[in-house]
Amino acid sequence: MILVMVICGPLGNVFLGRGMKQVGAVSFWPVSHLLPAAVRTFANVSIWMGIGSLIVFFIAYMLVLSWADYSFVQPTSSLAYGVVALLGYFLLGEHVSPLRWVGIAVICLGVFVVGHTSPRTTDHEMAEPG
Amino acid sequence: MKWRSLARLRDLILFSVIVLAGTGGELCISRAMQRVGGAASFDPAQIARVVLRGLGQPWLWAGVSLMALAFFALLGALSIYNVSFVVPVTALSYIAGALGGVFFLHERVNFWRWVGVLLVAIGVTLVVLGKG
Repeated sequence: MILVMVICGPLGNVFLGRGMKQVGAVSFWPVSHLLPAAVRTFANVSIWMGIGSLIVFFIAYMLVLSWADYSFVQPTSSLAYGVVALLGYFLLGEHVSPLRWVGIAVICLGVFVVGHTSPRTTDHEMAEPG
Repeated sequence: MKWRSLARLRDLILFSVIVLAGTGGELCISRAMQRVGGAASFDPAQIARVVLRGLGQPWLWAGVSLMALAFFALLGALSIYNVSFVVPVTALSYIAGALGGVFFLHERVNFWRWVGVLLVAIGVTLVVLGKG
């Protein structure tokens, strides 16, 4: 589920970003320009893929938080930074600077350390079925 | 002179909102899901039930509103400053998050979890400084 989170979150943002670039810059004035921009935005496939990814992300996020501590989930979800860099490097052929790889390594080390603590330190119930 | 201190006050408010509303929002969502309780299995019906119950929690909506507020503050900050300045400041969220976990959600953050949180905050800062 954490894997779903760290993949769907950045993926959703990438889709939204690509979608909005296709839509072009939105002018807020005069107000009459907003409507056609909104129509173009919601007619864009990337925008809907982005919204879909972010909804999946949010559901996974809610589920993970129902099982584990927030202070466990928050640092762990920072693996997303690594996912973004890997996606950028392997799929888009982007350049990733050495300092950035060091940062990602430090994040992974931090997540590894947090991952070795107990995920749940409060005693709340499981949702009763039915 | 006066304008300068006003700008400083604006930045202070902006960055406080980003860090505090952002983590505050996530903490509220956490509390909502703590109240709902964990899904017992990956059965889709069970997952749907937990998600719907979560959506029925006022804490969840308070959290979503706070996160939206933090998001707009982030957009505002990004319109004034470079990402490489803004995001290291938001790495403070990891510290704020662990503190919130302790005081708001009564989680027990032990020494090793603190070490991990600090490493993550440092790593996030390095990632952003290395963008470019």
